[in-house]
Amino acid sequence: MSLSRAFFAVIRRDLILALRRRSEIANPLLFFILVITLFPLGIGAQPHLLQAIAPGIIWVSALLAAMLSLDSLFRSDFDDGSLEQMILSPHPTSVLVLGKIIAHWLVTGLPLLIVAPLLAVFLGMPNHSLGILLLTLLLGTPVLSLIGAIGVALTVGLRRGGMILSLLVLPLYVPVLIFAGNAVQMADSGLPVDAQINILIAILLLALALAPLPVAAALKMSMCDNIS
Amino acid sequence: MQTPSTHSFEGAGLSCIRDDRVLFEQLAFTLVSGQVLLLEGKNGSGKTSLLRILCGFREADAGTIRWCNDAIKDSRFYAEMAYVGHLDGIKKELTVLENLKMALALSDSGHYSIDEALTKVHLTGYDDVLVQTLSAGQKRRLSLARLLMTGNVLWILDEPFTSLDKQGIALIETLMSEHCANGGMIVLTSHHDIDLPEVDVQRINLS
Repeated sequence: MSLSRAFFAVIRRDLILALRRRSEIANPLLFFILVITLFPLGIGAQPHLLQAIAPGIIWVSALLAAMLSLDSLFRSDFDDGSLEQMILSPHPTSVLVLGKIIAHWLVTGLPLLIVAPLLAVFLGMPNHSLGILLLTLLLGTPVLSLIGAIGVALTVGLRRGGMILSLLVLPLYVPVLIFAGNAVQMADSGLPVDAQINILIAILLLALALAPLPVAAALKMSMCDNIS
Repeated sequence: MQTPSTHSFEGAGLSCIRDDRVLFEQLAFTLVSGQVLLLEGKNGSGKTSLLRILCGFREADAGTIRWCNDAIKDSRFYAEMAYVGHLDGIKKELTVLENLKMALALSDSGHYSIDEALTKVHLTGYDDVLVQTLSAGQKRRLSLARLLMTGNVLWILDEPFTSLDKQGIALIETLMSEHCANGGMIVLTSHHDIDLPEVDVQRINLS
């Protein structure tokens, strides 16, 4: 019985599960691509306007795509009792939960990173800011999964938690959106972005260290009223 | 597996109140190695609530639970217990083997290997079958196989006989007697009358 074995087993299991239900991975990714491709059509032939708002469009779409995928994080485990078994395991729940969040990010966040450069070019973003866009997505999307997990853990016991989930989680997403969007815009105009990147790194490390604890506590709380 | 040294599981002064309704109060029990505690009572009398309190999912409204004379949180309780509830905790998109390996990763390995446990519950040859293609009774036996291959002393079972046929019930009863003979203990709820001739069965009626 070792903690690291349990941790990697959780990640492995969730990745296998994701592979067997491909539509769940495809859904947020498709949403991300669709929203971004619709903008040029809606705005019309104004390449400069599009170029100016490209970072915002990409980041807002990434944020909404992340929200869309959140519910699947704990729902099926909650419904079939796997979550009960994880909580009853002698390992700290927070570590197992971190494994689940990492697997969730690999499945829903990483694909966004892969298609983002293509979409950025599509929106006419200058090449020199592509690197910064990718870096902000790399630092920012895991934070979306980590913070989102707290919201999901709190609402998973409710039958219709979707609305409350958005209200809980969106305000906490705002700092990431501000700093990430700002960094890409600054990079567009050739300014230094060290400050924003440093803050994003700080937010990521903080979320990585602190988020699993409230997630574990909230899951135990959600479990308490679930009689079936 | 279990050391012959005795474990003990005690509850004292337990009560549970749901929506202003007292389900039970001042409930006490002491269970030692080799014993079975059978909770009886009609639907809604609080059997499942009591089990969930014993597992630590819910706090009792009053009373204490002790494992080997220590409070649950300070003891090795979670390393030495296994729970099978209404929800079987099995992923239907995974194969039988993947499910059991996951269960094993979450706790100590026990007396039996995965193969032996599958043989015990008559599921040999189903290793690579997706769980969603199993019947309800087979799923039930699979979730009970988890008890055999993880290291544990205390089994907490909520209606373990649901959707099992006669042979299935007899099989589980045999496994339960073996577990008790090896120094294990079991807390369970059941509508069926259990038939465990060699085991010391305590009964608590909640209605």
